Amino acid sequence: MLVQFYNVSKVYPNGVKALNDISIKIERGEFIFLMGPSGAGKSTLIKMLFREEVPTRGQIFVANRSIVRMKRSEVPQLRRNMGIVFQDFKLLENKTVAENIAFAMKVVGSKTKDIRPRVNEVIQMVGLKGKEKSFPGQLSGGEQQRVGIARAIVNRPLLLIADEPSGNLDMDTAHGIMDLLYDINYKGTTVVMATHAWDLVRTARKRVVTLEAGRISSDTYTPEFI
Amino acid sequence: MKIKDFVYFVQEAIKSLSRNRLLSIATVTTMAISILILGAALLMTINADNFMNRLESDLEIIAFLDNSLTKTQVEDIKTDIENMAAVKSVVFVPREQALENLQKKFADKDYDLEKVVGKNPLPDCYEIKAENPQNVSNLAQEISNMPGIYKVNYGQGVVERLFQVTKWVRIISIGFIVLLAMGAVFLIATTIRLAIFARRKEIYLMKLIGATDWFIRWPFFLEGIILGSLGSLISIVLLAWGYSSLISSLQTSLFFIPLIYQQSQLINVYLALFATGSLLGVMGTYISLNKFLDV
Repeated sequence: MLVQFYNVSKVYPNGVKALNDISIKIERGEFIFLMGPSGAGKSTLIKMLFREEVPTRGQIFVANRSIVRMKRSEVPQLRRNMGIVFQDFKLLENKTVAENIAFAMKVVGSKTKDIRPRVNEVIQMVGLKGKEKSFPGQLSGGEQQRVGIARAIVNRPLLLIADEPSGNLDMDTAHGIMDLLYDINYKGTTVVMATHAWDLVRTARKRVVTLEAGRISSDTYTPEFI
Repeated sequence: MKIKDFVYFVQEAIKSLSRNRLLSIATVTTMAISILILGAALLMTINADNFMNRLESDLEIIAFLDNSLTKTQVEDIKTDIENMAAVKSVVFVPREQALENLQKKFADKDYDLEKVVGKNPLPDCYEIKAENPQNVSNLAQEISNMPGIYKVNYGQGVVERLFQVTKWVRIISIGFIVLLAMGAVFLIATTIRLAIFARRKEIYLMKLIGATDWFIRWPFFLEGIILGSLGSLISIVLLAWGYSSLISSLQTSLFFIPLIYQQSQLINVYLALFATGSLLGVMGTYISLNKFLDV
């Protein structure tokens, strides 16, 4: 079991109830879609996975460790086991594609001699060969998201978290990104992806967890849905 | 810290300084101006203090002796005064000398005081300086009670007023410096926060990738030190140049204002400003950064 949520609730300081008594388990190697309308609590749940937010009540375990009781100094270690893909890519505009990806390795203290071969490997994997020296501003949206995904997987995470990764992309490009995520999942990485795009989910035959007003309204597999 | 890490931090600091050139220049300029104003005020205060010290140390007690004393009695009184803890120095002025001084001060050469008055009206006296000028009136009181002392003079009334004035000048100038220093800290902290705010996305990203707080802090610290010391260096150069030209022009026209010019004293001021600038750079970075590290 990779992730376990037990009766997790979250009330923000301004009084907004984002999550209400959520319990969920995520197995190693799973691919999970997290669906639901805006404000249903998807982002809060996602942020709790990498401990940007902590629950007001309840417990969360990642790899059998409570991340609620975790010390601040242990958080970096937790996050090194995760890769995060953002809707707005969050690439550093003044770094090249290769530098953006290498940045994630430098930040966690990888050895200099290991960085270049690994960066080349993931650039190949996400299909950006030849674009190593381009800057994000010179790339299309789909290409930029591929850089974001490359950066997220370069440190070989156990869990890949994607928050609306195709939210800013057209349908064709989004399918390309989905194929890449399936591929990563196929190679063993657990993937949790929050999305609005039902068109992407419908054909996927994956586990779909739907949130509504801070509660889980359904947790099932797509074929039964159709 | 490993050497490899340190090299990386320095590289990152220099890279980001040149990349965010406009913000770097703004920060250095703000620092230079703040420290320049602070330094100018500091020099003014030190000079005012120096001037007041000089005024105060000019204060002396004149103890007139009874004319009936024998030579040994006069000697004994001197030893007694010298043995008082609050006394710094005692100089004997014989009555002949006193008359001569008076003659020099008030009369033309062809106008002989002694002949006009008929005899020397002045007694022997001691000129006494106190270890601490603030004690002058107490000390004078004490000496006037000694046997063989006819009268004591120390500028009664004027001295007390002088100390009132110097006390207030000191309080006001210290208050002024404190206000200026606070202003400088606020201005510098705001500028640094602005510089860090511009890079919050990068900091957020590093946090989510799993960088430790110190890994993120170091390059910013080095930047803070570089910007802070650069800013204070510029202000010190300007200040030193301005002050030395002030000295050379004032010493000819306003020679009675005793500006301090000893290099050792000035160097201390400049070093203090340099340390302040670098420290402010680091402190400002630390405080401003913590907010963004809380992810």
